Formats: sequence, structure tokens, C-alpha cells
Amino acid sequence: MIEVRGLVKQYGAKIAVNDLSFDVEPGHVTGFLGPNGAGKTTTMRLILGLDYPNAGTAIIHGKQYAGLAYPMREVGALIDAKAVHGGRSAYNHLLCLAQTNNLPKRRVGEVLELVGLTDVARKRTRGFSLGMAQRLGIAGTLLGDPAVLMFDEPVNGLDPEGILWIRNLMKGLAAEGRTVFVSSHLMSEMENTADHLIVIGRGSLLADCTMEEFIARSSGQTVRVRTPQPDLLAKAVSEAIPDATTAGAATTAKPTATTESDGSLTVHGLTAAQVGDLAFDHGVRLHELTVVRASLEAAFMELTADSVEYRAGEGPAEQPFPVSEGAI
Amino acid sequence: MATTIQSQPILSALPPASGRAGFGGTLASEFTKIRSVRSTYWTLLVLLVVSVGIGAAITAGTAASWPHMSPSDRATFDPTQASVAGLFYLGQLVIVVFGAMTLTAEYSTGMIRTSLTAMPRRIVVYAAKATIFAVVALVVTFVAAFISFFLGQLLLASTHDTATLSQPNVLRAVVGSALYVTLCGLFAFAIGAILRHTAGTITTVIGLLFVIPILVHLLPQSWYQDVTRWLPDAAGRALSVTVGPPPAHLFSAWNQFAVFAVYTAVLLVVGAVLFLKRDA
Repeated sequence: MIEVRGLVKQYGAKIAVNDLSFDVEPGHVTGFLGPNGAGKTTTMRLILGLDYPNAGTAIIHGKQYAGLAYPMREVGALIDAKAVHGGRSAYNHLLCLAQTNNLPKRRVGEVLELVGLTDVARKRTRGFSLGMAQRLGIAGTLLGDPAVLMFDEPVNGLDPEGILWIRNLMKGLAAEGRTVFVSSHLMSEMENTADHLIVIGRGSLLADCTMEEFIARSSGQTVRVRTPQPDLLAKAVSEAIPDATTAGAATTAKPTATTESDGSLTVHGLTAAQVGDLAFDHGVRLHELTVVRASLEAAFMELTADSVEYRAGEGPAEQPFPVSEGAI
Repeated sequence: MATTIQSQPILSALPPASGRAGFGGTLASEFTKIRSVRSTYWTLLVLLVVSVGIGAAITAGTAASWPHMSPSDRATFDPTQASVAGLFYLGQLVIVVFGAMTLTAEYSTGMIRTSLTAMPRRIVVYAAKATIFAVVALVVTFVAAFISFFLGQLLLASTHDTATLSQPNVLRAVVGSALYVTLCGLFAFAIGAILRHTAGTITTVIGLLFVIPILVHLLPQSWYQDVTRWLPDAAGRALSVTVGPPPAHLFSAWNQFAVFAVYTAVLLVVGAVLFLKRDA
């Protein structure tokens, strides 16, 4: 359990983290999302006490990180996999970490085996690929068998097999009841891993909700309809009453139907069932009725469009996104 | 191909924790760090070879030219100082690099973030690092000082003007040279903690220990006499002399050493405060 309250961090004139508050709960994987430069790494550094906040607190198991009796037994954190001395072997790197927390030597060999680095344990880490460095970093987080795990962009540099491995690892750790807090700037990485999302942009909280809520809220959830009588259905849709409970909070706008170039209709603001009922009520024959889920990537892009720190093009869009009631 | 996670079967259970992570574990960790990189062995080997080698070269050279030396040169020749001169002048340079890098290498590699995540109580990390460095430096400089001394006296045997440890000030000069060089390393460690940058630290320390004393020589004589005893390197000059009157314008040997020790202590405290206060 990580509790972040009113965290503020300023570097000179630039506000990196702006009054951030959220909880990270045990038992599931919490994705920490935001564009590059949104303040994810800074937030994690503040939680770990590597940087000092200008205001606010970050509490883990009721204490600040530096106050934990055996930090590595409670929190396993990987901020930067390349933050190692390249001249030291993988084994000795982990050994010097284990010793700080009086962890038994045998754990070093065990975590190396777990991440698949046993064969290169005695090799100096300078020659490691980024993927191997990530595995070494993850091995370090597991040394103390902690209940809280924090990973900053852990899949960077991993090959597809490595990505799958770390996804399964994170899910497995969460299934054991641990708190897993993992950052990424790519929604697609979180899509299959995270149960809960904390989205930030420019240091501020944009969303704190479950993955389902996030999907439901995304205004891109639509229904594709093929019918020989499109005009009749379009008229019926435009007169229909939207149902907020099923369509999600962000789609309470008036339902609309737009004609696509291939002749199909795209209905916004109604569920597939509602469209089917409407068609039946109005005697419209349907040839296809499909729920089209906007990709999470699209929803994420839309949410963070206004808060992207470094963008290529022009024109931020107007898009307030509701923060869930759970956030303080 | 997909490696599935079986986190529990491989990992054995940890013994129950009691107390809290403290200085002992971090001291062991810092010792692992220092002994697990090759640069440590290279640096210390260079220190030994340079110190003993230069000392041997000076003493052997003196022995060879002894028959041609004037009586006054023979009278002022200091066999102890000559034998440990290598440690004094070049060993000092090596230990300064070693001391500076003890902390700055953690910043240049980024390891400091990993270290402070494992042990977030920063004063513990700082104290453990300084302690391990000081112990390793002391051991190596003592070994270098005594090897240099005994080898030097052996090479000077033909002159019949050799020193023994029981003679006045000789033991002080040998032990003092080791202590002085170790202190130079701690001085560099502290400046490294303040600057957090290897090249900047080495440049600064060389400036303070080697360049400033040369510049001070250019001052008017009366100013020089007032200033010289307050320079950090004066400790070395006072400790190493065993023949003739004590060096002019300096405190007694150990008081002169205390001046340098106080400088180093102040810098270590400033370094510690900054290490605690700054973002890592």
C-alpha cells in the first residue's frame, strides 16, 4: 500500500509534480501512465526519498521510505536498470544490495535463477544488454521478498519474450497479494497487465480508476451497424435517450449516428443492445451489429493530449477528463 | 518459449527480521563494492609500485652518488624522508584519485540511486563509504610506507648513513607519511561528496594540495612565512623530516597534521550535510 498525498516537486521554475495524491492498493497491478516528461519517474523518486518533495508526503506501510526498518524487505524498486557499476559482476552487484538489508547470501543466487541470469552471474554488467540489465534490476527488487514493488518503465529494451515474461511476473506478484506499481508511457503495455490505472500529465492527476472504468469512459466506444435502411436508423438514434449507466459517464452526450464511407453507420452514445432494440422498434432490418472498442491507446492519447510535454505538432485539444471519486 | 513465473518455488523464505538495517550491513556492502571492481586492485597496485619504486630509485641513486657528495650534502641527507618520498609525492596523487572516485563513481554510473534505494538512511551510506575507504587506504599506505622504508635503508646500506625505526622521529615520519597520504584520500573523498564529479574533484584537490603551495611560494617572504603553516600539504612537510632542525615557519609535526585533519573533518561534515540534503 502506497499513499501519496499532495506531492509537489519543483525543479527551478518547472513544476515536475503538481499536488499529486493517489493510493496504490495491494493485490493488483497498478499502471502509472503518462506521456514522456509527465512526472512519473520524479514521483517514484519522491516515494523512495531519492528526491525531496517541496510539499506533500509519500507513505508506504504507514512510514516514509527512509523510515522503514528493512526497506528492501518491504519495497522492491527499480527506477533505472542502467544505474549499476559496469565493472561489477551481476552476483556482486546483488550481493552488495542484499548486505545493506542483512539479507542472506543465498537469496542472490535464487533471484538470479528466477530472472534467468545464472549463467552470467559472474560476468561484469558492462556487457549486459538493456534487457539483461532490466532482469538484473528486477532480480534486485525481489531480494527482500517485498510486499510492494515499483518498476519504472520495466519493459524498455526487452524483446517480446521478455515483455511477456515481465507481464506474467507482475501479474503473478499481484496475485500473491503484493502491491505492484509500474510506470509506462505506452498504454498498449498496460492494456493486458494493469487492473488499475493512475494517469498523470504535466505532473497532475488526470485519472485514477480501474481499467474497466477507463475503457468505459473512453468516448471512443461505438457500435457499427449495417442496414439497408440507414436513414431510418440514423433518425431513430438521434431521437433516442442515452443511457448513462451502460454507456459510461463520458458519453452522456446526445447519441449520434454517422455514415461511414463503406455505407455502414457508426453509432456513438448507445450500447449495442440499445441499437438493436431501436432497430426492432422502428422495424429496421440489421445486417451487422458490432461493438467497436476504441483502443486504449486512443483513449489514453485523447486524455493526455493537452498535457503532452514534448509534442511534434500543434494544437492541444480541449478535453477535461473526470477523476474518479476515489482520488483525494 | 514463454517463461512462466514461478516466483515461490525457487525463492527460499527469508529469516524473520528483527531490529533495522544499519551500519554493519552497509559496511559489509561497501566492502563488497570496493573489492568487487578491478579498478580498486589496479589503483592500489599502482600506489604500491609507484611508492616503493620511486623510493627505491631515490635511495639507490643516492647510494650510487654518495662517494661524490660533499660532507654538507651528506650531513643534511635524510634517509627516512628519501625512502618514503615516492609515497609522499606520487602515492598521494594515486590515493587522491581513489578517494575522489569512491563517491563520484557512484554518481557517474548512477549506482548512487540504487545504493540509496537499498539503504535510504543516507548518513549510514556516507559513513560506511568513508570508513571502508579510510581502512583500505590506511592498510595500503602503511604497507607502502614500511616496504619503502626498509627497502630504502637496504639500498642505502653502502653509505653507512641509514635510519632505524628506533632513531628519533623516524617512526613518526614513516607512520606519519601513511597517515598523511590516507588523510589526502579522505580530503578528496569529502570534496567528491561536495562536487559529485570525478574530474572536477581531482582537479580541485590537486589545486589545493599541489598548486596552491607553489603559488604561495611566489608571495612576499613575510606573507609566505605567515601563510605556509595553514596550507593542507604543510602536514606532509612537517611529518617527513627526521634530520636537522624542524622546517621553518611550521607548527610541530603532529600539530601541523592536526591542521590538515581539521580541514578534512570540516570538509567531511560539509560533504555529509550536502549528501543528506540534496536530491540524489
